[in-house]
Amino acid sequence: MNRDQVAALKELMAQEFTALEFHLYLDTHPTDQRALMEYNEACRQLMVLKQRYQQCFGPLTFCETSGYPWQWIEEPWPWQISY
Amino acid sequence: MWIYEKKLQYPAKVGRANLRMAKYLITQYGGPDGELAASMRYLTQRYTMPTGQAKAILTDIGTEELAHLEIIATLVYKLMDRATVGEIEAAGLGAYYADHDKALYLVNGEGVPWTAAYIQSKGDPVADLHEDMAAEEKARATYEWLINLSDDPDLNDTLKFLRQREIVHFQRFGEALQIVQEYMDSKRIY
Repeated sequence: MNRDQVAALKELMAQEFTALEFHLYLDTHPTDQRALMEYNEACRQLMVLKQRYQQCFGPLTFCETSGYPWQWIEEPWPWQISY
Repeated sequence: MWIYEKKLQYPAKVGRANLRMAKYLITQYGGPDGELAASMRYLTQRYTMPTGQAKAILTDIGTEELAHLEIIATLVYKLMDRATVGEIEAAGLGAYYADHDKALYLVNGEGVPWTAAYIQSKGDPVADLHEDMAAEEKARATYEWLINLSDDPDLNDTLKFLRQREIVHFQRFGEALQIVQEYMDSKRIY
């Protein structure tokens, strides 16, 4: 995995972590409107990053379209990557 | 249902192969306060939680623990990668090697396999959430002891991330407990 891909992956991981933190917080603070707005914005940014990453480097999850041949089996898997 | 994402939650790094740390770290894979126990505890207890908030937090943290299980597996895999049989034996992992080679297996640091006896599912949401808060503190302490045992800054960076997650989970479970207690008090009619 080249440096550009590792950098893009790390950016995506960081953005998803932001969304997750708001998600957990909202489970116990469902009426915090500011947190909800930040969560929605974090999710929008994450969707953009995910789409861009997957267009360049292939599917990250179930039901993402694949080029030929079937890209899901491409290595490296997450535990094989030097971060 | 669950859907896999082909990525880690956090970049799992090790500075160098280190069988001694692999031997200690495996307990967070299949030990009493490890990530599998955490995930199974929360995902099992969630069915009998009385409020939406408690069902959600157990579902979401139980799912996050699976991501932590994958981080631990990645660390152990990397710490053992390229080790020779002689090095494995010298690190006290000869018995592990006989049973598993360098494959991941759900055991604690002494080779005891994972058991459902590590977790409880009491049906009493106050008792269960207290167990969950204690579990997070025990996992936090385990990560601190592992950091004390390690001199690898890359490995410690990942362990510090996991330690920090235990603190956040403890906080969220405490809030869920308060919500559940208020809900139960509101249902009580004398």
